[in-house]
Amino acid sequence: MWTWFYRLASPPNVYRVTGSLAPWFLTLAALAIGYGTIAGLVFAPPDYQQGDAFRIIYVHAPSAWLSLMSYTTMAVAGAIGLIWRIKVAHAVSAAVAPIGASFTLLALVTGSLWGRPMWGTYWAWDPRLTSELILLFLYFGVMSLRPAFEDPGRGDRAAALLGIVGVINVPIIHYSVLWWNSLHQGATVAKLGKPAIDSSMLWPLLSNFLGFMLFFGAVLCLRLRGEVLNRERQATWVREALKP
Amino acid sequence: MSIGPGEAFSLMLRRELALSFRRRDQLLQPLVFFLIVTTLFPLSLSVQLSLLREMAPGVLWVAALLASLLSLDALFKNDAEDGTLEQLALSGQGLTVLVMAKTLAHWLVSGAALVLVSPVVAEALAVPTEAFPVMMLSLALGTLTLSWLGAIGAGLTVGLKRGNVLLSLVVLPLAMPLLIFGAAATDRAISGTNPAGALYLLGALCVLTWTLAPFAVSAALRITLE
Amino acid sequence: MNTAAPGLRVDQVHVWRGDRHVLRGVSLELGSGELIHVSGANGAGKTTLLRVASGLMQPEQGSVSWRGRSIVSAPAEYQGELAYASHEPALKGDLTALENLRFMVGLKRRVDSDELLATLERTGVAALADLPTRVLSAGQRRRVTMARVLAYRAALWLLDEPFTNLDAAGSALMSSLLEEHVRQGGMVLVVAHHDLNLATATRRLELQG
Repeated sequence: MWTWFYRLASPPNVYRVTGSLAPWFLTLAALAIGYGTIAGLVFAPPDYQQGDAFRIIYVHAPSAWLSLMSYTTMAVAGAIGLIWRIKVAHAVSAAVAPIGASFTLLALVTGSLWGRPMWGTYWAWDPRLTSELILLFLYFGVMSLRPAFEDPGRGDRAAALLGIVGVINVPIIHYSVLWWNSLHQGATVAKLGKPAIDSSMLWPLLSNFLGFMLFFGAVLCLRLRGEVLNRERQATWVREALKP
Repeated sequence: MSIGPGEAFSLMLRRELALSFRRRDQLLQPLVFFLIVTTLFPLSLSVQLSLLREMAPGVLWVAALLASLLSLDALFKNDAEDGTLEQLALSGQGLTVLVMAKTLAHWLVSGAALVLVSPVVAEALAVPTEAFPVMMLSLALGTLTLSWLGAIGAGLTVGLKRGNVLLSLVVLPLAMPLLIFGAAATDRAISGTNPAGALYLLGALCVLTWTLAPFAVSAALRITLE
Repeated sequence: MNTAAPGLRVDQVHVWRGDRHVLRGVSLELGSGELIHVSGANGAGKTTLLRVASGLMQPEQGSVSWRGRSIVSAPAEYQGELAYASHEPALKGDLTALENLRFMVGLKRRVDSDELLATLERTGVAALADLPTRVLSAGQRRRVTMARVLAYRAALWLLDEPFTNLDAAGSALMSSLLEEHVRQGGMVLVVAHHDLNLATATRRLELQG
């Protein structure tokens, strides 16, 4: 059974499979995000408390979710590469990192834009946004560590170890920031909570969640292809695959 | 006749302390840095005692964090450069025990020293004397945890050029929870409220790192040695 | 040559460094009383082979076994029986020669200062035992390293360029120590880019770059 897995995880196979999967992911993602965004921005009723400002949740919430999901994927892939020495797993981890960092940045920017009408300022050290910021720093750490090594294999393993340490820390950081915030801010600052969810608001949101995840899958496939090609550039199958 | 892990631990600890005390000039550097950094804040902000007192927990903790980071860079660097790290890895004792001894030794000469010096600094920041015990306890727990987080960073970056910048980049985000709890404990002690919750959380972090981090650090070192 | 006794076995080991295929299916067998001289041009992978044999580096393919068992399964036991000497002397400059030995050898087995001093005497540096090693010359440091290898009392010696920095007398001493170890049934895997000219029989493994 394991030989089947190792064969599936071989670089030329991964290159082929991701190539066929990517367009599917992209199409489905476009449909899901299209519906979610249009229904959420246009058709859902305005929130009775926040008015139209809440609509940014359709981008902010999925981004934040994906920023965490990406970090976990990156850490798990790195762990698989480290423990079972499967090279493609390291390629996945390397491919995911910038995607996750981008989602984190998107969550921060949309959260900040959401904050402006809510708090009157672009940044008020809201606990969730602060956690996202620290997550961004964790991404930077992993993304800076990997290329710092002359031997790329060592860089992969070091980045994988850091990813594992980081993923254990993510819940600790999240709860400690929440704790810190409850000390200092009190109830006067409105948190970026979800407004009372009506089904006309909920379905577009769920659709966007799904759409963003599919989009993540699509971008991961595309980036993974590039990573695999780069890492295996000396191999003969690469020359065959790149023939016009 | 091979020796057990307990003997290996104490032998290693003695080695590390002997090495640290042969370079006495280097021992004082993190302490001096700590003092300098804490001086920067009143100079740049204000000397109003009430304001200083409010800032004190944050200033103390940020300064302790930065001072510790400075000395952590060298934790494994010397051994990696002169080849003794390989000998340690091949000693038959397993890197985990040896790394624990190394980190404890490092804490004894840096973190513990910071804790002992902290009343002096706290006095300068208008912290009331009644808050000293809690402050020192929280700094002790915090620096113990930090030694391990820093050891993970040091283990990953040893042998890299400009490794010390990367070390800080890697360690600081991981250190934010302990900064939060430590500063909160000191702050509560100053304002007179019960710091127990924060101290417990700090203690929990300390125990967590002491149990898990040794494995992470020895894994990081083995990656370096490959 | 005692081929029946178990020992070190390196089996079809492959190592890549980034894009470079450094070790291509290298195999060797080392039994009691045998010495293998690993030679080759710079970058041929001699040091890499030694590190793989010691367990510091894991090969991408292939295996290393000691007395019939894979070294990955029982690393502590394997390490107890090996003495590895890298290209650097691996000494702490601030510690004395004696202290260096005490801390290094002491991790493997219980030793007392008398025994360590006697070993330093054998390699001709007993007079320097209480000096910090940073004041020693390169040749003297190499002799302290030699003493460390002796003091480990290990069956398997993995030596990387052990003749570096040694003068004629030091080289003669090193050769005699190698011969003695082999005669007593020990095993040696030594990397050297020059000829060894030892009294005992040696095998040569030439690595292609």
